[in-house]
Amino acid sequence: MTELLYGIAVAPFKDMAGSPAFFAEVLIGGVFAGLMYSLVALGFVLIFKASGVFNFAQGAMVLFAALTLVGLIERGVPVALALVLTTAVMVALAWVIERVVLRPLVNQEHIILFMATIGLTFFLEGFGEMVWGANVKKLDIGIPDRSFIVAGIQINQLELSAAVTSAVLVAVLAVFFQRTRIGRALRAVADDHEAALSIGIPLKTIWMIVWSVAGIVAIVAGIMWGAKSGVQFSLSLIALKSLPVLILGGFTSVPGAIVGGLIIGVGEKMGEVYWGPLVGGAIENWFAYVLALAFLLVRPQGLFGEKIIERV
Amino acid sequence: MLDVNGLSHAYGRHKALDQVSIRLRAGEAVAILGANGAGKTTLLNAISGFYHPYEGRIVFDGKDRTHLKPPDVAALGIARTFQNVALFKGMSVLDNLMTGRLLKMKGSFLLEALYWGPARRQELEHRAFVEHIIDFLEIQAIRKTAAGRLPYGLQKRVELGRALAAEPELLLLDEPMAGMNVEEKEDMCRFILDVNGEFGTTIALIEHDMGVVMDISDRVAVLDYGRKIADGAPEQVRKDPAVRDAYLGVSHD
Repeated sequence: MTELLYGIAVAPFKDMAGSPAFFAEVLIGGVFAGLMYSLVALGFVLIFKASGVFNFAQGAMVLFAALTLVGLIERGVPVALALVLTTAVMVALAWVIERVVLRPLVNQEHIILFMATIGLTFFLEGFGEMVWGANVKKLDIGIPDRSFIVAGIQINQLELSAAVTSAVLVAVLAVFFQRTRIGRALRAVADDHEAALSIGIPLKTIWMIVWSVAGIVAIVAGIMWGAKSGVQFSLSLIALKSLPVLILGGFTSVPGAIVGGLIIGVGEKMGEVYWGPLVGGAIENWFAYVLALAFLLVRPQGLFGEKIIERV
Repeated sequence: MLDVNGLSHAYGRHKALDQVSIRLRAGEAVAILGANGAGKTTLLNAISGFYHPYEGRIVFDGKDRTHLKPPDVAALGIARTFQNVALFKGMSVLDNLMTGRLLKMKGSFLLEALYWGPARRQELEHRAFVEHIIDFLEIQAIRKTAAGRLPYGLQKRVELGRALAAEPELLLLDEPMAGMNVEEKEDMCRFILDVNGEFGTTIALIEHDMGVVMDISDRVAVLDYGRKIADGAPEQVRKDPAVRDAYLGVSHD
């Protein structure tokens, strides 16, 4: 018993203090992984904020964006042009989704829209494979997967660029939502479709914008994840990994997605390295969900989510 | 300014509106009365573009706009409130009003994002206007409160504020006094009178309670089973035998 307590409460911290450089590496690894989760979570938050829809298809959109990009590059399109084309494809996709899926479902229950996005997931996965094939593809965007050493700490160049990109993207989006007229309109639409219409907000345009932005976020996430672990079907599943991030950060908060991602990323790595051995390791895969569950008990709206009291 | 001509609308086989015509002159406050199900809200929804009538025409400021969509109607200067309060519940009162002003705001995306130069000036100007409305409606104390947490009466007031923020030419109010206590009703009456008197806004309001609206409207139209059965000065309508019949047993006089 004392041994177990020692293993939980004392030994890990002794290890951390004993080897600070290794600790820093684990920490940085966690931060990088966390930012990648945040990127995916961001796509969810954007759409949830603007339409109150939990977009189950966000992971599929990441996969689809990555597949399109890789497919174009494989066919000899220069990387820059391929990026532009992929963006165009994602915007076109947003347009189609608005017309075919969302518009006929205006003012329906959220659960119905949610189910529509599940359908969208299967469509995107199937359609992506049909067009681009189901093989695992390597995505090379010119950033070498090499490491360099700063102050005795090993840092991966690819992960670093992913982190910087996420940080920039997040800053831009946060400003977009808080400061601009369109940001305010987005929040209004999320809150009440009818009321938004009545004060002159065109629903169609707003949805189109927000799904396009989510599509572009999906491209960035697709590039980062694709470059790290290859473009393959399982990319679609990282959507599930961003669920705990959302629960932690709150579904409606852009900063929440980031902080949530960081907590999950760092918590996961720390847990695996320092506490994992207690139970024989491999806790990285489920640790995040346990953390999210614990969080739900204490703060169901998440760290930064809006607490809305519904009067019945 | 608003000319509704021979409007008909039906839900399935139930005729909600049957050849209704009504005319609003600029600066007027008109009440549309009727029992539940008389077609009042349908009429309002048709005017604000939420429904498109299958027959009839709506002319606003000399232009036919029967088939415009809600955002386009709003852009014309027609603001409305809803029977069951449709506020942005998660946003503060202030943000609700600022959102109501969206149509009046324009400008570059980038400047807004940087909150710099003209964008900043614009935001401040609009903020000043919204503060003016907040003072007018006496809701200073709750400006930072999330709208969803307010009691019902105040929510209705905030909703009126959001409609006013757009500086509408025509204000459509769907049962602004429903579910309020006497004191709140008196406040609301006062605000409606002031909006009409001070800003010169044309107002069309819907009520099923006859007593309340008689004092604040220049003219009263009465709907019964989708048809207009009376239209005239409050006193005259009150005496109308057809109206008495329609209201028999529910009159508050």
